[in-house]
Amino acid sequence: MSVVAGGNVLLAGVGGQGILLASEVLCEAFLLGGYDVKKSEVHGMAQRGGAVTTHLRFGPKVNSPLIEPGTADLLVAFEKMEALRFVHYLSPGGAALANAQEIYPPSVATGRERYPAGIEERLREFTPRLFVVDALAAALSLGEVRAVNIVMVGAASHFLPLEKETYTDALRAFLPEKIVEVNVRAFRAGRGLLPAQV
Amino acid sequence: MSIPARQLVKLFSGNEAIARGAFEAGVKVASAYPGTPSTEILENFARYEGVYAEWAPNEKVAVEVALGASMAGVRALAAMKHVGVNVAADPIFTASYTGVRGGLVIVTADDPELHSSQNEQDNRHYAVAAKIPMLEPSDSEEAKDFTIIAFELSEKFDTPVFLRTTTRISHAKGAVRLGEPSGPPFPPGFVRDPAKWIMLPLNAKKRHVIVEKRMLALKEFAETFPGNRIEWGDRSLGIITAGVSYQYVREAFPDASVLKLGMAHPMPERLIREFAAGVSRLVVVEELDPFIETHVKALGIPVQGKELIPIVGELDPRIVREGIAGGSAPVRAPEEVPSRPPNLCPGCPHRGLFYVLSKQKVIVTGDIGCYTLAALPPLSTMDTCICMGASIGNAFGIEKALGKAALGKVVAVIGDSTFIHSGITGLIDIVYNRGFSTVIILDNRTTAMTGAQENPATGMTLLKDPTHSLDLPGLCRAIGVEHVYIVNPHDLAQTEAVLKRELAREAPSVIITEAPCVLLPDHRKKKRPVYEVITDLCTGCKACGKLGCPAIEWVPFTPEEAVAAGKKQTQKGISRINTLLCDGCNQCPQLCKFKAILEGKS
Repeated sequence: MSVVAGGNVLLAGVGGQGILLASEVLCEAFLLGGYDVKKSEVHGMAQRGGAVTTHLRFGPKVNSPLIEPGTADLLVAFEKMEALRFVHYLSPGGAALANAQEIYPPSVATGRERYPAGIEERLREFTPRLFVVDALAAALSLGEVRAVNIVMVGAASHFLPLEKETYTDALRAFLPEKIVEVNVRAFRAGRGLLPAQV
Repeated sequence: MSIPARQLVKLFSGNEAIARGAFEAGVKVASAYPGTPSTEILENFARYEGVYAEWAPNEKVAVEVALGASMAGVRALAAMKHVGVNVAADPIFTASYTGVRGGLVIVTADDPELHSSQNEQDNRHYAVAAKIPMLEPSDSEEAKDFTIIAFELSEKFDTPVFLRTTTRISHAKGAVRLGEPSGPPFPPGFVRDPAKWIMLPLNAKKRHVIVEKRMLALKEFAETFPGNRIEWGDRSLGIITAGVSYQYVREAFPDASVLKLGMAHPMPERLIREFAAGVSRLVVVEELDPFIETHVKALGIPVQGKELIPIVGELDPRIVREGIAGGSAPVRAPEEVPSRPPNLCPGCPHRGLFYVLSKQKVIVTGDIGCYTLAALPPLSTMDTCICMGASIGNAFGIEKALGKAALGKVVAVIGDSTFIHSGITGLIDIVYNRGFSTVIILDNRTTAMTGAQENPATGMTLLKDPTHSLDLPGLCRAIGVEHVYIVNPHDLAQTEAVLKRELAREAPSVIITEAPCVLLPDHRKKKRPVYEVITDLCTGCKACGKLGCPAIEWVPFTPEEAVAAGKKQTQKGISRINTLLCDGCNQCPQLCKFKAILEGKS
């Protein structure tokens, strides 16, 4: 990430993918890293398999918990089509990180609509800095499908101004002990999905 | 960086901050009914040592319990979502008259934008109507601080105090500095005081006089309350704001002069006049109703507000910036993408019931819970949804309006927790007034929509103590319903047979669909089968797709692809089960006439 003094990270995906937990870990990491941080999301009905987002902002002092369209430095999409739904939040020069996983919305699952084709091309019209990873495969190779979220945190860490140890510290501080190790491995696997220089 | 030593700072949602504030204020008793966006207040408060926290059957009871605790001299908190205050309004309006002994704070968590609600009401009006002061924090740090202040005010002015949040306060996280717990400066104990606690007309009349004096004293307090503050800046623009809108204002107009009101009611008249006199253009920025604006105008001060800032939905910095400064920043339009509304989970027991209901020609009066999602396609099996418990009264009203023609045509659906919250009295009405409407209680052993909270039928309290489990069929029989039947909603044939029989019955009947929510830990731990579609057998009839299960995916074919897959050229596609999502509920195999859905290996 070019701006290290502060930034806006929009996390997007499908309810049930663990975005809330991923954003908690990221916030914890920013706090450990000495930043002020705010995040906002919605709970309840919105989370039953619907499109969900978490707005995460960090810096010396954060006011609004919401990110405005056109101002996100990083979009982290846990599902491919959701990247497209929220890509207009990116700032000029912002980066998009997308999980290649496809989860069909009801209209597609029931055959009324088709899952959009050419998503990557459409995303590139917004940003040349597009990175697509297979977080599901990485999580499955760890034997824990629910770790997709922390795999994505690992991949996203390349774009954020924190030391990698800070994330693992945050995982240890935040998660129940018995799931720390698998998530630390998920973080490392996710980090390994992209080259050091993004 | 002004954040002090790490161990003193926690990242808290507004709800976690309120829970912490209540703990630091020495609250001993807290009661609530779960409701987005308020639910996590009690969940988090319950984790502190030495406190009592409970889920009440509804918000009215929660307030009554909290008021009782206050009568007995301890600090007490009741928390609810905005519409919960409607339910609790009865005790609240009279608690305003009685005042308190131990501090009493009522949290109202409003939901502008209706993220998870049936309306967008602005509960600041309740503060005026009930004559109760209201504090309004603008971030997590203030949520904690204002909670503590609210208890102090409550005891100092002998009044319940409202603490109002909105979704972007409740569910936004920010840094919070932790403090030490304290408590009220007197020991607990109930002291008889009939003139204060017995609201017979002769006593209440005298208390009303006290209430009016109290509100005048609070108005004076508001003038110097540090939570109401002027931040002088560029005096060409002055903005009066409160709550999360303050953050948007600071983001959009960092140089403007701002009067930030931490107290929504009563408002500081002199402070507002001083601010208005010091700026050349005065604007109010607030979500929902013109509450502050109306007050400022009543002072005879010219001000702009809702002509610039929308009355519907929540705000953000861009809306504030463009509303006040005009123009609009060039922002790329969102991409066209298939919508992704929320849906019942894979394996949800509600789906089986609603699939069966979708085949009957009946009016389905709905209620508040996950099952309201059955209103969406492809199930599209709900005709009304108003408020907690309304399904039953609505069904009975339709029955009475249509007379005999309604027989077999009206059915109410209501969740277990919602039924206990406010469906019981509706059922009594059907029996008492000789109705025949069918009521279906969807018993999934939890309060699911808000994230699986315990309720009086689950056999467990908020503090995780085992307790009596309310006997739903027994309760229905006690009310006078002679026909009460339990079905397994995953068994579609059984569910349909019982439903048809009870719909036809010219007497009240209750069907209880009993199967646990798939999000419950006990269910998740269970080993469950995963189903798969045998591609060779699938004819693409889409019968399974009518369930609207997220795990069932339609794979469309071109004629060439159909032939390549060994199908007729005319076959439009096949169904596929996403094994990562399948919960093994066994509903879809029951719909497949071609026996193409079988238990898989994984």
